[in-house]
Amino acid sequence: MADQTDLLKNYPYDPTANLGQAVEDEPEPTLSMPPKRFALWLFIVSIIMIFASMTSAYIVRKAEGNWQDFELPGVLWLSTAVLVVSSFTVQMAWNAAKKDELGQVKAWMFVTFALGLVFLYLQWESWVRLVQINVYLVGNPSGSFLYVLTGLHAFHLITGLVYLAITTVKAYRYKIHSQNLIEIEVPAIYWHFLDVLWILLFGFLLWSHMS
Amino acid sequence: MAEIAHSAALDVHAGHAHDHDHDHEHHDSFWTKYVFTTDHKMIAKQFLVTGLFWAFIGGAMSMLFRIQLGFPDANLDWLKPILGGWIQDGKLDQNFYLALVTMHGTIMVFFVLTAGLSGTFSNFLIPLQIGARDMASGFMNMLSYWFFFLSSVVMFISIFIETGPAGGGWTIYPPLNALPQANPGSGLGMTMWLVAMALFIVSQLLGGINYITTVINLRTRGMSFSRLPLTIWAFFVTAILGLLSFPVLFSAALLLIFDRSFGTSFFLSEIYINGEALPNLGGSPVLFQHLFWFLGHPEVYIVILPALGITSEIIATNSRKPIFGYRAMVGSILGIGTLSFIVWAHHMFVTGMNPFLGSIFMFLTLIIAVPSAVKAFNYITTLWKGNLVFTPAMLFSIALVSLFISGGLTGIILGNSALDIQLHDTYFVVAHFHLVMGSAAFFGMMAGIYHWFPKMFGRMMNDKLGYVHFWMTFIGVYAVFFPMHYTGIAGFPRRYYSFTSFETFSKFQDLNVFISIAAFVTFAAQAIFIVNFFWSMYRGRRAPMNPWRSNTLEWTTPIEPGHGNWPGEIPTVYRWPYDYSKPGAAEDFIAQHIPYSQTPESNLAHEVDPVEAYDADLTVDTHAQHRG
Repeated sequence: MADQTDLLKNYPYDPTANLGQAVEDEPEPTLSMPPKRFALWLFIVSIIMIFASMTSAYIVRKAEGNWQDFELPGVLWLSTAVLVVSSFTVQMAWNAAKKDELGQVKAWMFVTFALGLVFLYLQWESWVRLVQINVYLVGNPSGSFLYVLTGLHAFHLITGLVYLAITTVKAYRYKIHSQNLIEIEVPAIYWHFLDVLWILLFGFLLWSHMS
Repeated sequence: MAEIAHSAALDVHAGHAHDHDHDHEHHDSFWTKYVFTTDHKMIAKQFLVTGLFWAFIGGAMSMLFRIQLGFPDANLDWLKPILGGWIQDGKLDQNFYLALVTMHGTIMVFFVLTAGLSGTFSNFLIPLQIGARDMASGFMNMLSYWFFFLSSVVMFISIFIETGPAGGGWTIYPPLNALPQANPGSGLGMTMWLVAMALFIVSQLLGGINYITTVINLRTRGMSFSRLPLTIWAFFVTAILGLLSFPVLFSAALLLIFDRSFGTSFFLSEIYINGEALPNLGGSPVLFQHLFWFLGHPEVYIVILPALGITSEIIATNSRKPIFGYRAMVGSILGIGTLSFIVWAHHMFVTGMNPFLGSIFMFLTLIIAVPSAVKAFNYITTLWKGNLVFTPAMLFSIALVSLFISGGLTGIILGNSALDIQLHDTYFVVAHFHLVMGSAAFFGMMAGIYHWFPKMFGRMMNDKLGYVHFWMTFIGVYAVFFPMHYTGIAGFPRRYYSFTSFETFSKFQDLNVFISIAAFVTFAAQAIFIVNFFWSMYRGRRAPMNPWRSNTLEWTTPIEPGHGNWPGEIPTVYRWPYDYSKPGAAEDFIAQHIPYSQTPESNLAHEVDPVEAYDADLTVDTHAQHRG
């Protein structure tokens, strides 16, 4: 039981694995998914709720008028492209793990991590551009919302980077291979989610600054 | 033959796991057993004890402001040893009064009835009733408690700082709570409130993700969704509500933190203080209310649903009858959960919102009466002609139904956007939510403690003390909150420090005295519970395996289950949890793990074990072949 204290580590989970009875008079086992991946999806739901509430607040506030107009920094297009590419590279790492090519796993993880850092730098650069056109955190809520939304996404991206780093360390300890894909699957899904989240957020901001 | 060998191998495996289990328990030190434990049962007890501690603090605060409201002229110098500088010239400080009502609300809603209630019983009952060794992640579960503990520490310290704790109401509306100038508590006290709540939200999300994952993925064989006890359904939907609504509170709190500490204007605009204009322009205070109540309304169902789930279980067990309308009960839980997200603006009818929008929210709000009434009627019809066993838990559960109905009826009045103009922010609202949410959920918590105490501590609580505690609390709660309907209709606004300077209100002073005395007696009666609770923990009668002759899986564990819950294999589930007083059965209950093959005398036509059904299929097939 000692190794069952954290059941997330024990997939596939079968509560009746040590059942002494003959098996065929048992009812069907219940529906079950890998708990770790399932927990990630729930975590993603809660993040979606944060951004959904923020963007709703944005729309409601904008509808009230007294809304300062300015152009979005063009560098955000570049950062979006970088993040999309990083989503591609993390998938390459996942695919390499499926084929047990550990060297490639590490290489693609490094590339993904580096692209994540580049993305963060470009986001910072977009804030510098905003300051240059006199849009500050303190001021009209149209600017404040932009800082908070991009900042909140950047914060989540940093948690994603930490997770990637942990996964890379695991790759060096030979813990990531085709028999243990969950270890790379979960961070990869999270990274894809952060990418999609940013694309949606960027699309929302573009739409807001066009109309 | 091969099968026998196979099952023998399984037996050996099981035996091995068993030994291993024993080894493990011997290695538990004090720290890993009681403090940094990953055992869901111990974490549940941690939530319970912390929740009871907060209930005492929150209750004591309400005593202080009931003294002020009932006896505004009394000399309060005798409270100086506790309150120190908050008593000036024998009078309670006015700002501290506001801090008291704010903290009473925050503590009771979040720390007692969210963490103390669903934290305790979700943790304790989910693995035990679905047949799992523990939560999906014991580590995350431990983190959930310790984030709650940290949040508690921050909130507790904020009570003792010089400017006092947050004082702008538990709903923390800006600008009152965004500007330190507004109230002494809006400075450091409010900052600590926000920090504590941020930690609390993290704790709730960790817990909620765990509860949902566990219910979906770790059910034992045969425990289909249609065989889940209603407790689990309630905890499951509660966790979903928390997962969807707490992040929104987090957004609101984050924007408020930016307004308070970084000078942004999300919620602030055109404010003059002492003739001087603040720099903030362009914010919207009503926006905060939208964000807050998008959490705030689901939150009241986060509070009440676990209590309703506990009640379903206790009423069915102690009526010795199947719960009436199991599917309707599940449907009403899901219905209440869904509706809770689309009614939030009924808290905001008087914020100047479009009356048309108000009527939409009124319509949606009144629909909640339907699933709520389904639940109330199903409780009553379950009780109808049952062989009622009046244990203290049963009394608290029946009283919950009573409180849920009497508090719910005023909800129909308050949900009406026209009537709300008169009643908004009066004691009528206070009476409504203290009956339907506060007291009902508290009674659910008490029912749960009396009912599952034997499983938690291996001993029984004292019945006699339980009855005294119940009757004093039940009569007391009605005596406190029922008169508030009258003062509310008479126009008493909530959160006022004193009413003596208004001639209109002075004729209700005797009613306020009555409420205060009833409150003192009710609070004092809780001492009976505390004594019973701690005395029974060490000196109570030893509990039998299944003291309430109940059907659910937790009563198949040893009297004091170890980490892992079942020493051998986890039982398999063959039937729903409400086979009470089944016609033809030898006993008046058949537990969930008893196969139909053992109860041929009481089986209904369709109730066949999977293996028999399989055999029957085979027979049919052979016949078909013969005919073919």
